[in-house]
Amino acid sequence: MARHSLRRLLGLIPTLLMLITVAFFLMRVAPGGPFDSEKVLPPEIEANLNAKYHLDEPLLTQYFRYLGQVATLDFGPSFQYKDWTVNELIAQGLPISLTVGLTAMILAFVLGTLLGIAAALRQNTAVDYSLMGFAMLGISIPNFVIAPILILLLAVYAGWLPAGGWDWSIASMVLPVVTLALPVTAYIARLTRASMIEVLNSNFIRTARAKGLPESTVIRRHALRPALLPVISFLGPAMAGMISGSVVIERIFSIPGLGSYFVQGALNRDYTLVMGVVIFYGVLIIVLNFLVDLIYAWLNPKVRYDEKY
Amino acid sequence: MGGRDRHVRPVELILTEDGRPVPSVLAQVQELHRNNGEEPQTLDPHLAEGLPSAHILRDLFEGLTAESPEGRIVPGAAIRWNISRDGKTYTFYLRRDALWSNGDPVTAEDFVYGLRRSASPATASNYAKALLPIANAAEVLSGDLPLDELGVVAMDEYTLQISMRDPTPYFLALLTHPVTYPVHRASVLEHGSAFSRPGNLISNGAYILEDWVLRTRIDLVRNENYWNAENVILEKVSYYPFEDRSTALKQFRAGKLDWTFTVPNNQFKWLRKHYPDELVISPWLGSYYFGFNLQREPFIENPGLRRALALAIDRDLLTEKVAQFGEQPSYTLVPPGIRDYVSPIPEWAEWTQAERNTEAQRLYAEAGYSEDNPLRFEIRYDTGQTNKKMALAVSSLWKQVLGVQATLVTEEFKVFLQNREQKVLTQVFRAGWISDYADAYSFLNLFRTGHGGNDYGYSNSLYDALLNEIAAERIPSRRRRLMFEAERVLLAETPFVPVYTYVTKRMVNPRLKGWQSNVMDHHYSKDMFFLKAVGNETPAVEPEEISAVELEDTVE
Repeated sequence: MARHSLRRLLGLIPTLLMLITVAFFLMRVAPGGPFDSEKVLPPEIEANLNAKYHLDEPLLTQYFRYLGQVATLDFGPSFQYKDWTVNELIAQGLPISLTVGLTAMILAFVLGTLLGIAAALRQNTAVDYSLMGFAMLGISIPNFVIAPILILLLAVYAGWLPAGGWDWSIASMVLPVVTLALPVTAYIARLTRASMIEVLNSNFIRTARAKGLPESTVIRRHALRPALLPVISFLGPAMAGMISGSVVIERIFSIPGLGSYFVQGALNRDYTLVMGVVIFYGVLIIVLNFLVDLIYAWLNPKVRYDEKY
Repeated sequence: MGGRDRHVRPVELILTEDGRPVPSVLAQVQELHRNNGEEPQTLDPHLAEGLPSAHILRDLFEGLTAESPEGRIVPGAAIRWNISRDGKTYTFYLRRDALWSNGDPVTAEDFVYGLRRSASPATASNYAKALLPIANAAEVLSGDLPLDELGVVAMDEYTLQISMRDPTPYFLALLTHPVTYPVHRASVLEHGSAFSRPGNLISNGAYILEDWVLRTRIDLVRNENYWNAENVILEKVSYYPFEDRSTALKQFRAGKLDWTFTVPNNQFKWLRKHYPDELVISPWLGSYYFGFNLQREPFIENPGLRRALALAIDRDLLTEKVAQFGEQPSYTLVPPGIRDYVSPIPEWAEWTQAERNTEAQRLYAEAGYSEDNPLRFEIRYDTGQTNKKMALAVSSLWKQVLGVQATLVTEEFKVFLQNREQKVLTQVFRAGWISDYADAYSFLNLFRTGHGGNDYGYSNSLYDALLNEIAAERIPSRRRRLMFEAERVLLAETPFVPVYTYVTKRMVNPRLKGWQSNVMDHHYSKDMFFLKAVGNETPAVEPEEISAVELEDTVE
């Protein structure tokens, strides 16, 4: 297990290198540059800007210069936010995205599994249908529709919560967390329900019941773990998605998280910002998938002893 | 909070003899919450570009000149100035009571340092082109001359002389732009690129930077060392970077904002009905038009065809139904609102749309197109609701009136800009210009042969000669006549289709006064104040502040 973990961690390096290379050249292939705007720059000013940011050097020189920087964990200055370095920008956005993402994830996981189990246990009853009906709604109504409705009801009309903005208060977190958690909750509920039903129909559960165990013990001791397996494997990417920040949620609620750096950075051709965020996400996703594998192994003995999965 | 009681009507404004509000009408809390549209790119005045930075920097710093609420050029850090007969030497006399926020005096050397830093190749200022009228600025920017060759000299501690390359009648307006602001030399040298952070930033304007929570809020508080601090009423100004227009509107409705950057599209009628006192729409110094690529068929050497397209769109319909916010139909390049300049209006602007359509059809047929042989081309525009709707509307009008088959092509902004500049793919494209200073030359220069913004490929030696004459002319009446003539020449060739002139549209707390709509859309927080709400009879201002109403003589 330890050897396997080490190998996975070392595998991170070539993956990242590949990621950096592809992202670096893709950004440069995109038409236009960071200094293009409708107000065209006189050539001497453009030359000064290119020199300042080393954009006048051959692309390969720039690439290796960048690799050297990244090796020292320096992502360079942002083109767009000129008073800040990319490191500072990520350090600013991360705690916020992390707070919103993790809270939403925990909420979605707890609520989703509970609802899923409840629906599975009352399969094909009114409870099941209404829960799954709600889940379907949660999945299919996009959050850019839910968010404005929630803002209008709870912030503008009722005045209970702020309409947007971020000040680290619980009040400013409620709406974004709920909006972000809603579709994931629904998805987890459906996943849990399906796998729970499957598990409940399997032979070892029948055996457990035949032994005369009370139903609650059957669920808790025997059914829950295997039923959660598909949910766990879904958690990895979902978690990365949530922590890296939802562009839509951040924009609607004016939350200064990481997500909008991606879009803004790409649209502005803010090369260093995009690269910094891409690398950061890359590491995050790899690490999270790795953690999910560990949890998976802990939950599922079949994986634990067979490293070839 | 500035606006919880936003719907409460303000008390009537009463002014003292010198035009200041009497203290008894002022609200207790003088804090402005202003949406700035997005995070400013920087608070380093010399690197600044874009509206969000400029809005904040105008509060933080003061240039040699400043603007009154209605947009007139007024003395700023310079109390008066002389312009030499040939218009090429400006001598500024600085006010002796001006201080930096740390108490250091603001001297001519600070301006010399600031302008040199702005022009330095190492600074790489995006907006340094505003300095180009200054003698040797181009050579300094390109690194061919050292910094001290820039035509800016401190004659003594409080006298600054600027030599010009050309007489530049709009130079006093350029001096309100952040790129010309002074910076505090000692703190720039000490903190380097971090000098614009809270705690480090030393400024000479009416406000100082108190806090900057990245992409959350920027707080400014009154600068006690500002020379006119006793007449600055707003104690605190918070700028927010909310990008989503609907969110900003909701924040405004919830009383969290007093001033929005803009308003959501498509909500004009609703806003006008429910917020008639809050919705403020006013002309802006910008033109929206569609450009022709004159280097690509079918628009090379085809002024009649271009004119047909310009005639065939019903601008009243476009402004009323598509733009929707009180934009004015436009028939020229230069928008109205520039002091001392009126554009030559083409004769067809006076016609009815039916007459224009008839003439358009005649020109269209004359150019060799017909129902069986329709004109086909692409209209390119960058992503954005308004652009798309406008392109769609214009293309359907062209189809309806002339039978033109236009294809719409949406492009991401930077791709669009590149295609426009390369002039290979484009045929008809979305274009426009919002000027940084109120002068017609700023618009006319876009069509100069070889100008970086000339994405039309327009080239006319007569026109270029006129532009050169304008640049060298310093007598206002003759310059005005030259600009009029140049615009007439340009419009006669129809290298673009004027559509409308821009407006600014925003929600403003009706209790906020002291500002006025102006075509530059420049609003200084130092001029603003909150009135008490009707029914709020408690005295607003503490007795010692009442004496602040007296104006100093130095303002004159």
